[in-house]
Amino acid sequence: MATVQVSEAEKVYILHGIRDDLRVDGRGCEDYRHMEIETDVVSNTDGSAKITLGHTAVLVGVKAEIGKPRPLVPNEGYLEFFVDCSANATPEFEGRGGEELGTELSNTLYKVFNNKHSVDLKSLSISAGEHCWVLYVDVLLLQCDGNLYDAISIAIKAALFNTKIPRVHISSDDEGGKEIELSDDPYDCMRLDVENVPCIVTLCKVGHRHVVDATLQEKACSVASLIISVTHKGTVTCTRKVGGGSLDPESIYEMTEAGKRVGKALHAPLMKLLQQEESLGTKRQKVGFLG
Amino acid sequence: MAADMRLPIIRTPVSLLDSAFERKDLVVPGDVITSDTGFMRGHGTYVDEDKLTASVAGEVQRVDKLICVRPLKTRFNGEVGDVVVGRITEVQQKRWKVETNSRLDSVLLLSSVNLPGGELRRRSAEDELTMREYLQEGDLISAEVQSVYSDGALSLHTRSLKYGKLGQGVLLQLSPSLIKRQKTHFHNLPCGASIILGNNGFVWLYPTPEIQEEEAGGFYTSLEPVGLADREVISRLRNCLLALAAHKVLLFDTSVLYCYESSVQHQVKDILKPEVMEEIVMLTQQKLLEQEG
Repeated sequence: MATVQVSEAEKVYILHGIRDDLRVDGRGCEDYRHMEIETDVVSNTDGSAKITLGHTAVLVGVKAEIGKPRPLVPNEGYLEFFVDCSANATPEFEGRGGEELGTELSNTLYKVFNNKHSVDLKSLSISAGEHCWVLYVDVLLLQCDGNLYDAISIAIKAALFNTKIPRVHISSDDEGGKEIELSDDPYDCMRLDVENVPCIVTLCKVGHRHVVDATLQEKACSVASLIISVTHKGTVTCTRKVGGGSLDPESIYEMTEAGKRVGKALHAPLMKLLQQEESLGTKRQKVGFLG
Repeated sequence: MAADMRLPIIRTPVSLLDSAFERKDLVVPGDVITSDTGFMRGHGTYVDEDKLTASVAGEVQRVDKLICVRPLKTRFNGEVGDVVVGRITEVQQKRWKVETNSRLDSVLLLSSVNLPGGELRRRSAEDELTMREYLQEGDLISAEVQSVYSDGALSLHTRSLKYGKLGQGVLLQLSPSLIKRQKTHFHNLPCGASIILGNNGFVWLYPTPEIQEEEAGGFYTSLEPVGLADREVISRLRNCLLALAAHKVLLFDTSVLYCYESSVQHQVKDILKPEVMEEIVMLTQQKLLEQEG
């Protein structure tokens, strides 16, 4: 993650502020920054979304390809994640600098989605054992201002909501093999049910309290963070601790409860916004990268 | 507690004055300034087929026969006497390297600082070894530009009681072209906080100290918790400054104060919402125009 240098006195100021529930920008400990979400920004993908959370900007593109299902689960499709930390975000990511962070983020995403309820993988199967849909989810970090996990997970949920997978017809050809035909109608497509896709909440421990959506300065004052992925029902699908400091079991419990509460509250406004955007249809003013 | 999510809209910076299209002295790279060959070309211009063309985006400045273009978004180009707020990046032999948003790190020599206690003595070898006790990597200082080296690096000094290490507060990094040049850059705002508007775009907000320390020499920092009321004022000022910077309003003590007053009816965390920012900046610009006219 991009780091900023903070002086001792600034750290003390931030610490005392969080203790009194008044952060540097006036937020409470469990408030998010201003978020702007837009889907369908990249034209040559099957689904895409761009999210701006404060100054963090993340772009997600989903491409659906036909592939062979995994041997252990022949009647399911699967998702592949790739996170690219571009040098656009911070000079530290130049060349191979962003690779480490990118692999860490992708591995966490695999863990989060490694749950049969998150995405209905059976709906991605075309013919058992032979063909299935593979969804390649590519995440691009455009700007980094803290709280990457949350922004990425919300963007992935929005992109999956926006994904349109073409319908296929399987017919057997002359030699007895299967032939796959994509439907000619561009609007004849299958949508994914993203109700159960989890959202990640990062809680940073600063002093004796924890904060949600930490900025880079607050991150510099914290020694440990907890990453929790929560579904809309409040179920936790994955937990990870990052950072070199230690966490008390009691504080882990408190942070998990807070994470569940905050995570649960993220889903409803997000789904409402996505449905509102969808209902605007062609009347929607596309902003893309100009705004 | 609910997250504020919304769809993006294209927003333009609020401006009550003439729009940029009507101003004749704003240029973008490639714009021809003049075809008259009698002018000398200054910074930000080049000659292309006998025509003087701009190479940066900014406003054209003409002094007799010299034409130069002053860019709007640029690194800090320091001049002697500028007040800057900087962060120590390195501790070297007999000097510190300070980051001031310029092209090169600025230099703060050991002989240019006031030693604690305010003594005036020759710097000894011991002073050199204990440099880190005074200023470490990451510390913030306020200083004045003493001179400019030939390569453009600035030499700073803190040889006055008002300069020195900064204590608890909030730092904002804005563009240097937004800071207005004034007689003094240290202000104790009536709303209850103090501000240092560094010429390099770094703005420091801190709680007003109750007793003005005369003998400290600027190296003692108080780590006592700051009260909630002061914190709220500082957070509000921070958000107001970000709102003004987003709409490219010139920053000086009066504009910051008007913005603070216009924002009082909103909650501190709401100030960063785009529509609230527009409203506050509009009110501030109106007040500033009224005051001028």
